Amino acid sequence: MNYVLEFDETRCLNCQSPDCLTQCRHIDIDRDTAQEEILKIARGENSFVLKECVTCYGCEEYCPMGNHPFYLIAERQEALGISPVPRPLVTRAVNLGLPFRGEPEIKEINGPVLNMAAFSELNRLVQGKLFEGLSVISTDGRKMFHYFCQLMYLHYAKSSVIKERLPGIVATIMKHKPTQVVCFHDECYGAYSSYCPSVGIDVPFTPVHFYEFLHDRLDQLKELIRPVGFKVAYQRPCSSRLSPDKHHYVKDIFRLIGAVEVEREFADENALCCAGTIQGQKRQGSRKRAAGIQKKNIDDMKKYGAEMCVFNCPACYQTLGDMVAREGIRPVHMSDLCRFAIGEVTGGWGTMR
Amino acid sequence: MGDDEMKTIYQALVDIVDSEHVSNRPEELYIYSFDLGTAEPHPPNYVVAPRTTQQIQEIVRLANREKVPVVPLGGGLSLAGLAIPLKGGILIDLKRMDSILEVNEKSRYAVLECGVSQAQLTSYLSRHHPDLTHSEPGAPPTATIAGNVLIHGQGDLAQPYGFNSDQVNGLEIVLPTGEVCRFGSCALGVSWFTNHPLPDIGLFFGWCGTTGIVTKLSIRLYPARKIRGFGQFVVDDENLVPEIIGKITRTQMAEDIIAYSRAIPPFGMGLQHFTVNIGADSEKELEFKQELIWDDTLGEYITSGVGGYLGFTRGLERPQISKTSDYKKGGGFEYVGSIMPIEKYPECYRRGREISERHHIPYTVTGRCVGVGHSMMFAWTYAFNRADPRSIQHSRDALHETDDLVMELGGVIWKPGTYGQRIVRDRLDPNTRALMRRIKDALDPAGIMNPGNWEGL
Repeated sequence: MNYVLEFDETRCLNCQSPDCLTQCRHIDIDRDTAQEEILKIARGENSFVLKECVTCYGCEEYCPMGNHPFYLIAERQEALGISPVPRPLVTRAVNLGLPFRGEPEIKEINGPVLNMAAFSELNRLVQGKLFEGLSVISTDGRKMFHYFCQLMYLHYAKSSVIKERLPGIVATIMKHKPTQVVCFHDECYGAYSSYCPSVGIDVPFTPVHFYEFLHDRLDQLKELIRPVGFKVAYQRPCSSRLSPDKHHYVKDIFRLIGAVEVEREFADENALCCAGTIQGQKRQGSRKRAAGIQKKNIDDMKKYGAEMCVFNCPACYQTLGDMVAREGIRPVHMSDLCRFAIGEVTGGWGTMR
Repeated sequence: MGDDEMKTIYQALVDIVDSEHVSNRPEELYIYSFDLGTAEPHPPNYVVAPRTTQQIQEIVRLANREKVPVVPLGGGLSLAGLAIPLKGGILIDLKRMDSILEVNEKSRYAVLECGVSQAQLTSYLSRHHPDLTHSEPGAPPTATIAGNVLIHGQGDLAQPYGFNSDQVNGLEIVLPTGEVCRFGSCALGVSWFTNHPLPDIGLFFGWCGTTGIVTKLSIRLYPARKIRGFGQFVVDDENLVPEIIGKITRTQMAEDIIAYSRAIPPFGMGLQHFTVNIGADSEKELEFKQELIWDDTLGEYITSGVGGYLGFTRGLERPQISKTSDYKKGGGFEYVGSIMPIEKYPECYRRGREISERHHIPYTVTGRCVGVGHSMMFAWTYAFNRADPRSIQHSRDALHETDDLVMELGGVIWKPGTYGQRIVRDRLDPNTRALMRRIKDALDPAGIMNPGNWEGL
């Protein structure tokens, strides 16, 4: 089936504030140039933006017109052969998503499920009272790529791979007969709630954001909550830009468990990505560029007194976890922080006692 | 051997060691009859675990008197069948000889008994001498230091400092006739700080335990950098590997350099990955080295899109070829190692992949740079199902074909099994071969040491 991105060029023509590019953290561009370049991209023409884009997903959130500028950029990069990353990294990434250890075991749930997707091995992060009674799918690390949402390929200018594989992933999830699918990772939620509708891939289940689920469960268990009192910084993942309407749950959860989010410069819309993807890009100086972003981000956490860095995305954690720890800031997954708040001993990324 | 004779030898071994450390029970002999590779099993008649050099001397003298083979065993992890008692006899398990006798921080060496394992030394240094390290191979942690040295093993400092056998300051050896000899400065009764400039000790390295039993050795230690980690790089054109290794070694900023390709997991299929270990004492030094390697040296491959930087991870992850045993049911694997000129990497990869695919085995090839790019240890690994004779035979055939390939490509088989020893022997310069024969005859006139290895010289 031919999945085509719905991108309405007229919305850009009518746009009074091309924030998609003017708000970009990584490209310095004025308003007029921004409008000119996004229209060039919409028309299928080359633009310096295609080469300079670091694929942080930010423009998906910044667009005031409800268009999909980042999906468009990724498609044009692929069409024009302007890959942001070197060829071997593209091959490696495309191969990474290939299931190779047999078919998954399908159990029909007929109810809500938690989809661990390509993070089966992190099931220690979804233990305890918060997750009681919730069926989990993709629990076998050998089969997890049958549940991999594929959206990572936006970083690699490979929308074609997403379109080719994602319908099959949806079909695998549907074999479990879920009513709702809680997505462990932001990226999966973004895939099913934003990307699929944008290209016409049918999603027959209701995706639920992990934080929405956590918030509701905490609310049910609020008698158990002991305010944690930690001063925390949140590391917002790139794929959170695909569901900005759910970002408020970060603050809602912090409020519920008594965590104090430090008021820092690089938070919310102004967040900096982990730069894990940037370090490997083709542009001259990418490794240093990534290191610079990371330093700026962590310095900002330190400056405002964060004692803990809260993650959702395992890739962000892999990239930044050790770095923040070396600066005396404890890395923690949001679910572990929530479990700690209800008096549980956590077993995830570092023990919290 | 008659029953009476066997009882006599058993009792003599008990008298030398004690009854707790001698066995002729079939279930224990069985364990010593095979290694983890594809070689056919052969049980010894006795297993003995001595604790002292003197006990080893007495065992060897007993073997000479009784004309019984002697097979020394370290960690038993060489895979090529080198310590399988092909002709029975007394297997000497050296694991109880496990004392770390001395660490000299100023002259940076350690004197060890022959049963000291890699993990034992690593943890001892980490606890008592955290500023020092040794060149640790990717072998399982129970592999012995001595065993690895004697097969010309290579560790994670092979790139700057060469083979582990190049890093020996002295040896104590029980000769096949029972005398104890020392080589290196220790032979003069002084400390074990150097092997130079006395006549060399190459009579024992690479001989597969056929010329004596090493009981003690001194190895060089090196500064353990405060920060150690590895960066990863990837290309999809195998022809680029030799020039990239050449460029990285030229910076003299890297510790270990390994190039590899494998079919499982699928993301690596057809790609050539590099892991480059970097050590530094400060963040400033680390960044300087990273800039030189990834930006200045390999930047041209990145910007042209043919090479990709995968990031730097703190902490060392030693290459574990044994992970390939998971590729097939039944958990078996064996590999052919070779010492190769680095320019042969592309052909080694292509031809090795062909052999694997012909035998229905997911391919795994690895090249470790040795000595600032003077050569590499290139290995082809073949997984097999231990419960399936056909699978074992496929691996065995693939291993033999690879031994032949090594010779065809102009390499040298590393720690060859008996098949590899035969083809090396047949190609040896006749005068070299005759000299080896004379050395072997002179050292082991009764022919008792690990027979079946390096025979027919």
